[in-house]
Amino acid sequence: MLPPGGQHNNGQTRKQMKEIVVLSGKGGTGKTSIVASFASLAESKVLADCDVDAADLHLLLNPKISEEKEFWSGQVAYIDQEECTECGLCQELCHFGAIKDFQVDPLLCEGCGFCYRVCPVDAVTMQDSMSGHWFMSETKYGYLCHARLGIAQENSGKLVTVVRQNARLIAERENLDCIITDGPPGIGCPVISSLSGASLALLVTESSLSGIHDLERVLGVCRHFGIPALVCINKYDINQENTKKIESYCLDQGVVVVSKIPFDNVVTEALIKGLPVVEYSDGTPSREIKKLWQFIAKALS
Amino acid sequence: MIISVASGKGGTGKTLVASSLALSLSDKQKLQLLDCDVEEPNANILLHLPINQTERVYIPVPKVDEQKCTYCGKCAEVCAYNAIAVVKEKVLVFPELCHGCGACSYLCPESAIADEGREVGTVERGHSGNLEVIQGKLNVGEAMAPPVIREVKKHIDPANTTIIDVPPGTSCPVIEAINGSDFCVLVTEPTPFGLNDFSLAVEVVKKLGIPSGAVINRVGIGDDKIEQYCHRERIPVLLRIPLDRDIAILYSKGIPLVEGMPRWREPFLRLFEDIQEVVTARRAAQ
Repeated sequence: MLPPGGQHNNGQTRKQMKEIVVLSGKGGTGKTSIVASFASLAESKVLADCDVDAADLHLLLNPKISEEKEFWSGQVAYIDQEECTECGLCQELCHFGAIKDFQVDPLLCEGCGFCYRVCPVDAVTMQDSMSGHWFMSETKYGYLCHARLGIAQENSGKLVTVVRQNARLIAERENLDCIITDGPPGIGCPVISSLSGASLALLVTESSLSGIHDLERVLGVCRHFGIPALVCINKYDINQENTKKIESYCLDQGVVVVSKIPFDNVVTEALIKGLPVVEYSDGTPSREIKKLWQFIAKALS
Repeated sequence: MIISVASGKGGTGKTLVASSLALSLSDKQKLQLLDCDVEEPNANILLHLPINQTERVYIPVPKVDEQKCTYCGKCAEVCAYNAIAVVKEKVLVFPELCHGCGACSYLCPESAIADEGREVGTVERGHSGNLEVIQGKLNVGEAMAPPVIREVKKHIDPANTTIIDVPPGTSCPVIEAINGSDFCVLVTEPTPFGLNDFSLAVEVVKKLGIPSGAVINRVGIGDDKIEQYCHRERIPVLLRIPLDRDIAILYSKGIPLVEGMPRWREPFLRLFEDIQEVVTARRAAQ
C-alpha cells in the first residue's frame, strides 16, 4: 500500500479528471452490476476494475485486450539445501512463520529478506516473484483497465495502484472526464489503494444487518482518508425496516442516500445474457440506476 | 478437524453456511467458529454470542533511540518495504508501510532500534453452550489483515472441530485464513460472477492441497453452468440452497437459517458427515 494520497503525480490532473470508486465493504451487494450499467450510461470515461483478485467486470464488458504486461512485485526467499547447515537461525527469526524444516513456504513468505541477511553461510537467496498480469483493453463502452492477481499472491494493493495509474494515463491521453472504478470488497489493503485520492466513493449496501455493519466500516475508511461518500441501498425491499435504519444512520452521519434499488431477478438475467442491466430491461432497477448515474454525474461536475 | 468456508466472490453465503453448520453441530459437540473475515466480520451478527474477552493485536514497528543512532542507514537498507528512511541526521519511520518483520531492529549495529507495538486490530471471544466464537477485527484505516488473522488462528483448539469463516477473494488474507484446514467448503451461486470466482477459489485450494466441495446457494437464480463445471472438475456438490426470499429475509434480520427454518439442520448435519468422511479417508490414506 502507498501512503494515503501519495499516488497522485500532480494536483493539476486531479482538478480536471474525476474519479469515482464503487465500494461496499460487504461483497455481493451489486457493485459490479452497477458499474457495468454506469459504463453504458457515462460518456467520457475510463473504466477500472480494481477487484484484482476476483475481477468480474470483464464478464459484462467483453474487453478486447490491447496491452498485457506481467506484474512483478516483491520477492520470495529460497534456501539452497546444499549450502544450508540447518543452524535454525532463520526459522527462529522469521516473524511470518514461513520457514519450516529449513524450507521456505512461498505462500507465507512476505519477502522481507531477514533470513537472507542473517544466514551465516549465505544459503538464502531472494527471488523476484511474478504476482499477476495487468491489461489495458477496449470495450464497446470505452477503455477498461483491469488485472489478474496470480492465485495466492501478495501485493494486491500495488497491483490496484498500477490499474489506477493505467486508467489515469488513458484518461489524460484521451482527455476523458472521469474514471469509474469497481472496487474490491472489505476495508483493507486493496480497498485503501483503490480509494486514496479519489474524488468520490459510492457505497453500495444492502438491507441486511451485515450490510449495515459493513457500510459503517467502509464509511469509516472513507472518512479516514477524507473521501466524500454517497450511499446506494440495493435490494432495499428485502428488509424495509433495515432500509429505514440505514437511512437514519446516514442522516445522522450527514451522508446522502442517493438511490434505493429493489430486488429483481432481472439483474441476474442481464448478467447471464452478458449485458449491463440498463441495456437489458426498462424495469425499476434500470430506472433507479439511470437516476443514480445522473446524480453522480452532477456530483462529479 | 478444521473446516474453512470460502468463496472467491463476496456475498455468496459463506457466513450463512458457516453459522448454520456451527449451530447444527453445537447440539452434540464442542466447537469453535473463527471469523477470519477480519475486514468485515459478520458471523456474530448471526450467532449473537456475548463477547466477554477482547485482546488487542499489535505488530512490531521500529522505535529508534536517537541517542544511540549513528545514522549509518543500515535499517533503511535492509527494509524491503521502504518503511524506514535515514535523511541526514534524522530517521523517518512510516508505520503504515511496516510489515513488522523485525529485520531493522535485529540488524542495527548500535542496537538503537527497539520494537514498539502498533495496534492494528482486535480479537474478540465469546461463548454460549458448546459453541465458542472468536472474531478478528481489523481497525478501520489499517491495510494489513494477515496479522489479525494469524492472532485469531492461534486460538484454534485441536481437540475440537473448528469452522473458519474466510474473507472473499484469492489473495494473502484468504491464504492466511484457509492454510492448515483439513477441508474447504466453497460457497458459490449459479451466476457468471459466481462461476468465475468459484473457479479461482478452486485454484487456491488446489494450490494449498486442501480437499474441497461446493455448496451452491440461491439455486434457481441463474443458469446451470456451475453444476456442469463441478461435474467436469469432479468437485462434489455437498449442498444446494434454493433462491428463496424468506431465506434472504432471515439473513437480513440476523437470524441463522437453521434457527429460522429448523428443517435445514438435517442437511447441514449431513454436510458435516460428508466432510468428515472425506477427511477420515484422506487421513487413512496418508
